[in-house]
Amino acid sequence: MNQRAKSFAATLGSVLVTLFGLSVITFMIGRVMPVDPVLAAVGDNAPADVVAAARAAMGLDDPLVVQYWSYISNVLQGDLGQSVLTRNPVVSDIAHYFPATLEMATLALILATLLGVPAGIVAAVKRGSLTDQIIRVVCIAGHSVPVFVLALLGLLIFYVGLDLVPGPGRQGFIYDGMVPTVTGILLIDSLLAGDMGAFWDAAHHLALPVLILAYFSMAYITRMTRAFMLDALKGEFIISARAKGLSGWKVVMGHAFPNVAVQLITVLALTYAGLLEGAVITETVFAWPGLGQYLTTALMNGDMNPVVGTTLVIGAIYVGLNLLADILYRVFDPRVK
Amino acid sequence: MLVDIENLRIAFESNGKRFEAVRGVSFKLEARQKLGIVGESGSGKSITARALMRLLPPQAQVTADRMRFDGIDIQSQSEREMRKLRGGRAGFILQDPKYSLNPVKTIGNQIAEAWRTHNKGGKKEAREAALDLLEQVMIRDPKRVLDAYPHEISGGMGQRAMIAMMLAPNPTLLIADEPTSALDASVEAEILRLIDELVDTRNMGLLLISHDLPLVSHFCDKVSVMYMGQVMEELAAGELAQAKHPYTQGLLNCLPSLDHPRTDLPVLTRDPSWLEEKAQ
Repeated sequence: MNQRAKSFAATLGSVLVTLFGLSVITFMIGRVMPVDPVLAAVGDNAPADVVAAARAAMGLDDPLVVQYWSYISNVLQGDLGQSVLTRNPVVSDIAHYFPATLEMATLALILATLLGVPAGIVAAVKRGSLTDQIIRVVCIAGHSVPVFVLALLGLLIFYVGLDLVPGPGRQGFIYDGMVPTVTGILLIDSLLAGDMGAFWDAAHHLALPVLILAYFSMAYITRMTRAFMLDALKGEFIISARAKGLSGWKVVMGHAFPNVAVQLITVLALTYAGLLEGAVITETVFAWPGLGQYLTTALMNGDMNPVVGTTLVIGAIYVGLNLLADILYRVFDPRVK
Repeated sequence: MLVDIENLRIAFESNGKRFEAVRGVSFKLEARQKLGIVGESGSGKSITARALMRLLPPQAQVTADRMRFDGIDIQSQSEREMRKLRGGRAGFILQDPKYSLNPVKTIGNQIAEAWRTHNKGGKKEAREAALDLLEQVMIRDPKRVLDAYPHEISGGMGQRAMIAMMLAPNPTLLIADEPTSALDASVEAEILRLIDELVDTRNMGLLLISHDLPLVSHFCDKVSVMYMGQVMEELAAGELAQAKHPYTQGLLNCLPSLDHPRTDLPVLTRDPSWLEEKAQ
């Protein structure tokens, strides 16, 4: 028990160090970028003394350490500064945009897991067969074609060509703002409001971007599952399970898979983190009003507080999911205890 | 007749090259008889035993003039019928419990699973049966072992658990594939004595695979000496000293003796003609 507490404390310590490093890096990004936050605030034509006064008021004349200190104490109090573009605090902007990203990434992860894990198991069990080859080709395509190409192709085929899905955006304009925001997740909010029209509209809009992201992630999940399963199926304990007289299916699901499940947790956590941060590109293609689009718009306009704040939040999510995988690892693998 | 194998051949093909690992092995084992198969690493003893249970990978090409277990023709059995034999009528103990027990399942669950595969009964009965089996293999603290994971117990205890698992469905034949080579010498004798006792009290036949000639002859009725996929010589365990084949004599000669210490041990000589005369 003491041992366990110790190793957990070590993990937590390393998480804190990582978060500190993350905050330093994002802080530095805001300082070294060739964007002058003063000019962005006072405008290009402001006289020199106004610029200087604004610079002093923003604390930019202080030494970097002092600036970092005031930055980090603000961050710890939940203040990521204000966006020049939206005139809102960055924190409330993130709270507004993040649910859209979360909704899309979570659905994509669920779909990718439901398809990818069984596909990987089947490919490993039927190694070298036609099924394995087909799964491999599908996965190579999903993994090697950049996601924005897939997204554009998807729009071209299913929106322009076949007219099966609505175009870019998260909602049809007639439903825009019709559903009161509770969670920010449209599928849930529309159900809470009892508006089935809005629900199906949101689902319809989600379909293509979720499919594209799921396909991309599934390729990775399948490949990893297959590799882990091949490894597990080589184990001597597989021979003893078969020597007990168990059927092939029981050997695969009852003996090989439990050995793989723990490793898969890490893969899924990293995939989820990748989906949340990697959605930047997909959101641009689909004009999805999520965190990625917020970040790109801010970046293009030199609005540094949202850039730094969003980067910090995405990084923190990444660290958080890693920590979660670590905790689940301890819960599910008897050998770690 | 419990086991009757005649002219067993096992070949593997890789990159277009065919390699025959077992070349015409024959042996018979009566009920309640104990046969030891001895040979160096790679002599084909392990895969011979696995072929009898049809546990080889599908790439293995197995042929035999006759391969019977308790009168049942192994080669013509369906996979479903084989599953009834595996575990149910023949238990198979593997070499190293560190690898042959599933690391993420408790010992109790693994034994109970073997019991439930071949007996009708609920989870609770299976658990009781598992505890009973652990007591039969005289494991220390069976209640604790029941809920322990393989990494939480020693190698000797692991092998006892493995034996308990393979005894669960009451088999008539026990195949032990180098059951002690991963264990300490002191534990080795304990485990072999346990196997010996269980085989006697349960009226099982025993197929003991090992590379330790004197040890095997001590526990078995007869010994089959294998070399390069062929049986060199089969002899009654008591007649080991009168072994005729130069390979068996060579193996015995290599053993250091406490009673008659020698400064140099002879090097084992191998004669290719041993293989030719058998192959014909």
